[in-house]
Amino acid sequence: MSNANVVKKTLNALLLSLSLNYSSLADSPPKHIAVTQYVEHVAADAVRQGLLEELAKKGYRQGKNLTVNFENAQGNAATASQIARQFAGLKPDVIVAITTPSAQTMVKTVGKDSTPIVFSAVTDPIAAGLVSSLNDHKGKVTGVMDAPPIKEQVEFIKTVLPTAKTIGLLYNPGDNGSVSSLETIRKVAKAQGFNLVESTPYKSSEIQAAVLQLVGKVDAIYIPLDNMIVSAMSSVASLALKHNLPLFTADGGSVKDGAFACVGYSYLKTGHKTGEVVAEILNGRDPSEIAVASPSTIDIFINRHALEKLNIVLPESVQTQAHFY
Amino acid sequence: MNLIQFMGALEIGFIYGLVAIAVLLSFRILDFPDLTVDGSLPLGAAVCAILIVSGVDPWMATGCAILAGMMAGFTTAWISVRWNILHLLASILTMTALYSINLRIMGRPNIALLGEKTIFTPLENLSSLENISYLRHYILPLATFVIAGFVLLLIYRFLSSEKGLAMRATGANSRMAKAQGIAVNRQILFGISLSNGLVALAGAIYAQYAGFADVTSGVGTIVVGLAAVIVGEAIFNPKVILMALIACILGSIFYHLAIAVALNVSFLGLQAQDLKLVTAVIVGLAMVTPKLRAKILDFKASRGQA
Repeated sequence: MSNANVVKKTLNALLLSLSLNYSSLADSPPKHIAVTQYVEHVAADAVRQGLLEELAKKGYRQGKNLTVNFENAQGNAATASQIARQFAGLKPDVIVAITTPSAQTMVKTVGKDSTPIVFSAVTDPIAAGLVSSLNDHKGKVTGVMDAPPIKEQVEFIKTVLPTAKTIGLLYNPGDNGSVSSLETIRKVAKAQGFNLVESTPYKSSEIQAAVLQLVGKVDAIYIPLDNMIVSAMSSVASLALKHNLPLFTADGGSVKDGAFACVGYSYLKTGHKTGEVVAEILNGRDPSEIAVASPSTIDIFINRHALEKLNIVLPESVQTQAHFY
Repeated sequence: MNLIQFMGALEIGFIYGLVAIAVLLSFRILDFPDLTVDGSLPLGAAVCAILIVSGVDPWMATGCAILAGMMAGFTTAWISVRWNILHLLASILTMTALYSINLRIMGRPNIALLGEKTIFTPLENLSSLENISYLRHYILPLATFVIAGFVLLLIYRFLSSEKGLAMRATGANSRMAKAQGIAVNRQILFGISLSNGLVALAGAIYAQYAGFADVTSGVGTIVVGLAAVIVGEAIFNPKVILMALIACILGSIFYHLAIAVALNVSFLGLQAQDLKLVTAVIVGLAMVTPKLRAKILDFKASRGQA
């Protein structure tokens, strides 16, 4: 009995199981998607995970009837361009570009009229030049935007800490996501009667000093959607906890990393939404007909360890709704 | 590696070849390690992008970017020469300040140039015509090649002129140059300005090529530039200044080809996060190989004699 026979048998078994499970898709050719992101961080990784989970739910399973190429620019602009070129040449069925710079590079390189591009985790796709309008856009670019629900987030701080007066705002002034939400944050904070103290690290190495700068001056720290600070979340979180400061963030993933609480879209959900859009395109829908989506539900995330350490009593309504890590 | 990806590596290689030439000017020719580069690349991108979105002609915007870069370089050189501060420190000061300045110039961290008129727009329009769409793959590499080649010739002309020789003398032996009546400080001021002007030009071209300017895009520029210079030197072992300039550009292309290859090795079980490691290994091998070959030849020759 030769090896080839064994391989053939396994392949047949595999095909059989495929055709049993996904009879509707069994005879369609395997699909190919190419995914890229600009830097490594928990949030972008969660988007990717959600994307693949959702696609699997829709019948596209990685390694079976779905090929997935994945590249990461590791923070280098030139590498992002090269990845875009690589994808342009691969001509997959759908390109998924996670984060703003990756999406911009991809749209410029591939163009708006050839391979469908689905962006994800982009705060403001119109300002980024990706689409001309959220609903009525031409070309094959669409995706999922994740402008954080800032109003709900700031109000949530009030709900959990009714006595808090001063909030420390920690963000990188070079991050498009956080800067574009600043104005709203300031306005909402004022409406809630909070004083804001801003601390602005430019580099990862400055984050620690920036957190310490807030200690003693504020009752809580709030971090908007900020690539750099999200990637350093575990150290920020442990530092804040050490100084008994509740740390509120704009993304659920950070709570897993030790931040105290967050109201927002989980990146996993953003990924699921992205997966829905990708699946629609794989099923043959024209990307120009698909409006730019937002994740559908807002969730509350609480870190149990931080909750105990900070000695905070949650209101009943939060207690019942929250997801605990 | 597919054709589009190969051509992409060429394009980026040519654009960053300008950075490599700039680094050759500062590190090698003037013996002035200059880290301003990490700030002047996004500075060029920022100036060019904000002017383009305000409706200025893209060529004009690119020219302004060069001037802005030269001013940044001048600042570094001036701090170093006038106040006698170590060149590395002076350049770190300017580089750090430039991050804030770039944010101020752009008003926000990221400006999109998608759909704006850039220096590449006429070429893109040309290559989108139906009957010559195959040109698309060749026209951008060609355009970046022409830009890099043009700059290379200009710099070569300059370095072989009397003024350029004075600059080279300054870097080679500044006391000797002084004794020959060369105004050493003025050479450094001009040389570092020129170098950063080139980097800003690369930044401006890159922004128009990639479709956006982002303050974070400067991170690691000096590493890429230096790697290109050293790889070029190791592989091509240039003896004259023209060859040294050409080796910069070839080194840059080689470096970006290495990244392109590294992007394609997933079949070896390597993952996306291994990219930088793989790139380093490929570049390292390329640099060691010529020396290894020389060693083997030496060994054979000595055995032959015995």
